[in-house]
Amino acid sequence: MSDLFNSSLRQLAATLTARKISAVELATLFLDRIDRLNPGLNAFIALDRDKTLAQARAADEKLNAGAGGTALTGIPLAHKDIFCTKGWRTSCGSKMLENFVSPYDAHVVEKLAGAGMVTLGKLNMDEFAMGSSNETSHFGPVKNPWDVSRVPGGSSGGSAAAIAARLAPAATGTDTGGSIRQPAALCGLTGLKPTYGAVSRYGMIAFASSLDQAGPMAKSAEDCALLLNAMAGFDPRDSTSLERPTEDYARDLEKPLAGLRIGLPKEFFGDGMDADVRAAVDAALDEYRKLGAITVEVQLPNSGLSVPAYYVIAPAEASSNLSRFDGVRYGYRAPEYSDLAEMYSRSRAQGFGAEVKRRILIGTYVLSHGYYDAYYLKAQKIRRLIAADFQEAFKVCDVIMGPTSPSVAFAFGAKSADPVQMYLSDIYTISTNLAGLPGMSLPCGFGNNNMPVGLQIIGSWFGEAKMLNVAHQYQRVTDWHTRMPKESK
Amino acid sequence: MSLTLEDVARIALLSRIELSPAERESTRDQLNGILGFIEQLQAVNTTGIEPMAHAVDVVQRLRPDAVTETDRRADFQAVAPETEAGLYLVPRVVE
Repeated sequence: MSDLFNSSLRQLAATLTARKISAVELATLFLDRIDRLNPGLNAFIALDRDKTLAQARAADEKLNAGAGGTALTGIPLAHKDIFCTKGWRTSCGSKMLENFVSPYDAHVVEKLAGAGMVTLGKLNMDEFAMGSSNETSHFGPVKNPWDVSRVPGGSSGGSAAAIAARLAPAATGTDTGGSIRQPAALCGLTGLKPTYGAVSRYGMIAFASSLDQAGPMAKSAEDCALLLNAMAGFDPRDSTSLERPTEDYARDLEKPLAGLRIGLPKEFFGDGMDADVRAAVDAALDEYRKLGAITVEVQLPNSGLSVPAYYVIAPAEASSNLSRFDGVRYGYRAPEYSDLAEMYSRSRAQGFGAEVKRRILIGTYVLSHGYYDAYYLKAQKIRRLIAADFQEAFKVCDVIMGPTSPSVAFAFGAKSADPVQMYLSDIYTISTNLAGLPGMSLPCGFGNNNMPVGLQIIGSWFGEAKMLNVAHQYQRVTDWHTRMPKESK
Repeated sequence: MSLTLEDVARIALLSRIELSPAERESTRDQLNGILGFIEQLQAVNTTGIEPMAHAVDVVQRLRPDAVTETDRRADFQAVAPETEAGLYLVPRVVE
């Protein structure tokens, strides 16, 4: 039975297609496991057995008919609670949306359901995706299944913990500054943030629109490729969705890596990284050399500016996006107020948590009269310098590698008192969002206290198939991605 | 440059977020911490650099001017705090 929980999506699909197990039975196994293990982890914040089993029954009908199924039909997955899911509470981790039942499906939700996947539930997250530890969720923090005294990372911490504990074989995540990759690293799984514009943002609650991108989180690169096949594609409802020919992201998985040029930015291998993380990343690079890859040093001289530039751009966009929460059309409304202005300001004061309010205030300030040029415009110019560095680097390499996170998962409370310390958790991931590049994290060993370490792969624009190839070849010769925490066995 | 309590009150007003006088002080300190951190951007020479608003250079797509949405007012208003006869209710603003 535990084999099933640790199975790849391909193995699950084969078991389902051979009718050795039904989609209803498979969903029930996962739901029972969630009932047993979730109270200790707090990864799921909405469950609805009837809805899940109805979807599973529909998948079984397709599978029984022997036609109409896809590679994903009947496979369960769970959605980060940032994705609007029709008929499900969609809270975005906030009191503001505690009672919001979405009247429609996000594009990603629609596509994955259309592929026959079965929704197990909705996953906890940092409030409005603002956080790197899941401590900002209105519904309480998610625990890291490898050590429940430590954070799972954020903001897609519920997605990461659910997969790490094998409560779901796959999940959706979103990544604005590292929110797929950092929790994937801290929980020992594989996650991919696609090129900006590859996956529709329709129905994904907006944080920073020029940076937000949805992507798959799963155990392996192969699983991520199959999920991305179902998630990506043009959607006219997202004005930044790109019209490109349909791609099979799994097409290059089996290509050998001989001659692959891996760029190692010297800025990613400086003092900022903990020794245990460095050891695991170095060992992974050795493995790649054995596979025939060569490593070359590259420079990203402006990458050190990515965190401060991000903390101008992201809050600016957030302050604008979150102005829609006014207590009028949906969301929380304060119980007492004397006029309209007070209704707005009290609803927002009571409905948003501390970190969200901080970012709205910062964003409002950097966009306000007299400060726009000094902060916002300046940060946008630096954003171009950061993107240009990558363009230069990709002239001499095929992919870039480095650590995903400077440290393994930290203890609860370790960084929550100092916002800037928390922001620096994303020091290696933020630059790819600013440049719009695809990035992924895959497990590459264990560091201090037996906590997982993530290797980051950054690809050139639309380089997802290449990155998945590079990750898959590593996972063919290593087994880090199959390891699971003790309590989850 | 660091923010004063008056600055914080003004930003809170612009943000439509009520802050109690007690919250203003801790908020000022936290915002100053963040602004101090982003201050390092000022030292970078960006003369002649075009601002980058977006990751991908694409032109805004236009669609035909045709009705594509169906009327789902009842569904959408079902999640509103207060409605009446198809209207959203808010405190009186015009006497």
